[in-house]
Amino acid sequence: MAMSKYRIGEDPDYVPIGRRLLLLNWTLVLLIAALSGIGFAMLYSAANGSFQPWAERQMMRFAVGSALMIVIAVTDIRVWLKLAYFSYFVALVLLVGVEIKGDIGMGAQRWINLGFFQLQPSELMKISLVLALARYFHGLTVEDSGRITLLIPPLLMVLAPAALVLRQPDLGTALLLIAGGGVIFWLAGVRMWKFALILGSALAAIPIGWQFLRDYQKNRVLTFLNPENDPLGAGYHITQSKIALGSGGLFGKGFMLGSQSHLNFLPEKQTDFIFTMLGEEFGLVGGLALLALYALVITYGYVIALRCRNQFGRLVAIGVTSTFFLYVFINIAMVMGLIPVVGVPLPLVSYGGTVMMTILVSFGLLMSVSIHRDIRISRQGNDDGRN
Amino acid sequence: MFTRRALMLGAGKGVLLTGLAARMYYLQVLESDRYRTLADENRISHRLLPPPRGLVTDRFGAPLAVNRQNYHIMIVREQTPDVRRTLEILDQIIELGPDTIERVERDVSRRRSFVPVTVRDNLTWDEVARVGVNAPDLPGLIIDAGRSRDYPEGPHLAHTLGYVAAVSEKELTGDPLLELPGFTIGKSGVEKVYDLALRGTAGTSQVEVNALGRVIRELEREEGESGNTVVMTLDLELQRYANQRLSDQESASAVVMDIHNGEVLALASHPSYDPNAFTNGISHKLWNSLVNNTYAPLSNKAVNGTYAPGSTFKMCVALAGLEAGIITPNQKFFCSGHLDLGNARFHCWKRGGHGWMNMHDSLKHSCDVYYYEISQKIGIDRIAAMAHKLGLGEETGIDLPNERSGLIPTKDWKEIQLGKRWQGGETLIASIGQGYVLATPLQLCTMTARLASGKAVRPHLTRDHVTPEGVTSREAEEFPDLQVSRVNLARIRDGMNGVTNELRGTGHGARIKIKGMEMAGKSGTSQVRRITMRERQTTGVLGNDELPWKYRDHALFVAFAPVDNPRYACTVVVEHGGGGSSVAGPIVRDLLLKAQELQSARQGISAANLPNSAQLRPRPAQNNRNEG
Repeated sequence: MAMSKYRIGEDPDYVPIGRRLLLLNWTLVLLIAALSGIGFAMLYSAANGSFQPWAERQMMRFAVGSALMIVIAVTDIRVWLKLAYFSYFVALVLLVGVEIKGDIGMGAQRWINLGFFQLQPSELMKISLVLALARYFHGLTVEDSGRITLLIPPLLMVLAPAALVLRQPDLGTALLLIAGGGVIFWLAGVRMWKFALILGSALAAIPIGWQFLRDYQKNRVLTFLNPENDPLGAGYHITQSKIALGSGGLFGKGFMLGSQSHLNFLPEKQTDFIFTMLGEEFGLVGGLALLALYALVITYGYVIALRCRNQFGRLVAIGVTSTFFLYVFINIAMVMGLIPVVGVPLPLVSYGGTVMMTILVSFGLLMSVSIHRDIRISRQGNDDGRN
Repeated sequence: MFTRRALMLGAGKGVLLTGLAARMYYLQVLESDRYRTLADENRISHRLLPPPRGLVTDRFGAPLAVNRQNYHIMIVREQTPDVRRTLEILDQIIELGPDTIERVERDVSRRRSFVPVTVRDNLTWDEVARVGVNAPDLPGLIIDAGRSRDYPEGPHLAHTLGYVAAVSEKELTGDPLLELPGFTIGKSGVEKVYDLALRGTAGTSQVEVNALGRVIRELEREEGESGNTVVMTLDLELQRYANQRLSDQESASAVVMDIHNGEVLALASHPSYDPNAFTNGISHKLWNSLVNNTYAPLSNKAVNGTYAPGSTFKMCVALAGLEAGIITPNQKFFCSGHLDLGNARFHCWKRGGHGWMNMHDSLKHSCDVYYYEISQKIGIDRIAAMAHKLGLGEETGIDLPNERSGLIPTKDWKEIQLGKRWQGGETLIASIGQGYVLATPLQLCTMTARLASGKAVRPHLTRDHVTPEGVTSREAEEFPDLQVSRVNLARIRDGMNGVTNELRGTGHGARIKIKGMEMAGKSGTSQVRRITMRERQTTGVLGNDELPWKYRDHALFVAFAPVDNPRYACTVVVEHGGGGSSVAGPIVRDLLLKAQELQSARQGISAANLPNSAQLRPRPAQNNRNEG
């Protein structure tokens, strides 16, 4: 069904701004706000009952980020489709940039100072990779995705940034990128045995890869395998985190009454270990409630994806939802001692500007998918290429 | 395709999230108790509160060992804007000196910012006041009051009381109290023997601490119990007097005890040291000078010094003979100045001899040949048995550490210890308290008390039984009878009376002239070197004045008083002092006189007016005994 090129005003899929705002998934916005609100409360507690230094700044970031989220949400999905490769390219260049800068600077410098904002290229990459892969697989048929030659470019698109991030070294982000990319491969219809093959060779590569890990990374893994071995050294974080959670019990010790958190036995309680503090102060009930909120958000992501009629939107929706899920899972599993300590924050709750931005931007994209779910987009990514 | 895979993916996520929930349940419900305990262990720190050490007093309640407030000044880095500046201001108020300032700055930089660092110890009250007045200029300075042991009598009672000092590595028993910084325990004397009773029980303070160990607040506090007060049998006034009387000598010791109940009234060893020097750590220099001193000031010679008892042993030999029925009091032996046994010649101290001697005269004149004669008939083993009966050759069991048991030889002893047969001549030498025979001054005093009382008296230093569980009153201790004929004992006492109170008795010059207070005693002059035949023949026996100090004779004297109704026994040993009756005798006389004078002076005071009569129990009816 070939069609001629439309001007914007004549676009049959054009939705007026006011209508788009109405179509905005306000329940999801509410869920996001609720999660962020829990975050503010925990940051208030972490500062021993003060908005300084964390809660207040986090709220301002949330305000700015939410505005950005809504702007992104109401922007036509096709704009994001067009920008997908470009943003991936920019993110990759910046990653190489910090790599070079990082060699000159001291240790693990992962951001570029833009003056008003510290840009972490790895965060930008998390979104851009989802967009770029979605864009790529959008252009393939299910049959195409069976052809190995066509799978090589997207594989490189994942591995290149992952390798760069790993060099920084940021194991957590590298894992997020690979897992997030894998999800899109999966959804695009790549065969099961190919995953099995990659997974198998990855496992085989572990002994080799082990040698490339930095000492502190090796320690983290070893400590994870046996945290009690070194209770005052590297295992201290995990041990103290488990003590804090366990001592919280069913209903917790009460708001601002967590002894482990407030007496500083728990490290980094405002960032990576904020879930532990919540678990200590609100117990199993609080932890499960938070988990339920996250599950609801993730379910919403799936609902949006399943209702979306274009491949790009569906892939983006599941992509960002999966990235979000991975954040949640890795963080909570880590603080409970299920996986090694990797520096992954709890999305929307942990203190930190860049992650907050990344998450809100990706939710902006998710909502954009939701608003524009009925738009059909050709494989070439422009209007005249409708199937 | 997409939908199916998306749902599979979603299901996978659901499983993982369920896994997280399960883990949460495991940690927060199943393992919760364990982690709660661990969290409390993190959060709650138990601190020990050291209990005040028990006091030691004399028999009338006069303080002998007390706890003194000890002020020290500390600085907390985080509370002072500039450590150096604060210390400089403090330096102008109380002298610190550049070394101290430097040390404190170094210590401060090493510790966490909230940990107090001691700037100076032992502040005088005046210094405390001056710092207090200037407090506004001295932010971050804390004056803290601790306790340190103080001995008001200083060297007077050092040997008996002992001293306390910091716990050494070897003394750690696992009791956490011992690991507290600045905690001290008894290292010698009564402080050591009754250490557990004096120590008390520690209090505890539960505090909440953060991860850095800073105390956030106190949760619970349980005060400890201070140690028990130990009331000594010592009479401080008599003790001071004994020290004073010994102070003219180079090295000497004295014991005064109650012959009925074994209470030691004075126990002196000269020279002495100041136990206060140990409380806050003794300097190396002072320690070395104490250890290397010829006159051994650290040793309590009254219980740790052993000496050949010399002629003071003669009562024991005579009593052994009487009890065995081998000699009678009036049986006479001839003293020609020496006695030949085999081809050895044994000399009497008196050249030319004493002539015919009965038992009374042999004691009065301290004739050696008489004892050579009777000892051959009695035999060493009977003498040894009597010596043990009188408390020699074994520890008296006094409540002091490291008591020596002395030595009373027997045939078996020699065979086992030296692997040689006993020689007949050795019995002769033993009979005049020379040779292998060794005794401590305390044993000799116990012997005298037993001769005077006829009971197996044992000396002790505390008025009550003191155990870590508490203080229980000493039952009016009835010592068992000595199992020696009263008549024979009276004959020995009569001989001792002759020594001091009869003209030409060896101790006549040291007699007590006050009626009703007279003492009966026995001198001893024990040789510490061998007098060779050559010396006897050429220069004659050298006088003590002609010999270096350490070759001079030990001077000993034992006595009890009053003669008619004995109450006190006393022994004085002056190391290398010369003649027993001339050097030790007068000291014994003065001590026994003083003891009786104090007794009669105190009798004038009614019992209710004694300083702390409430704590003191009435003594077994003795107060009226020696009024005559």
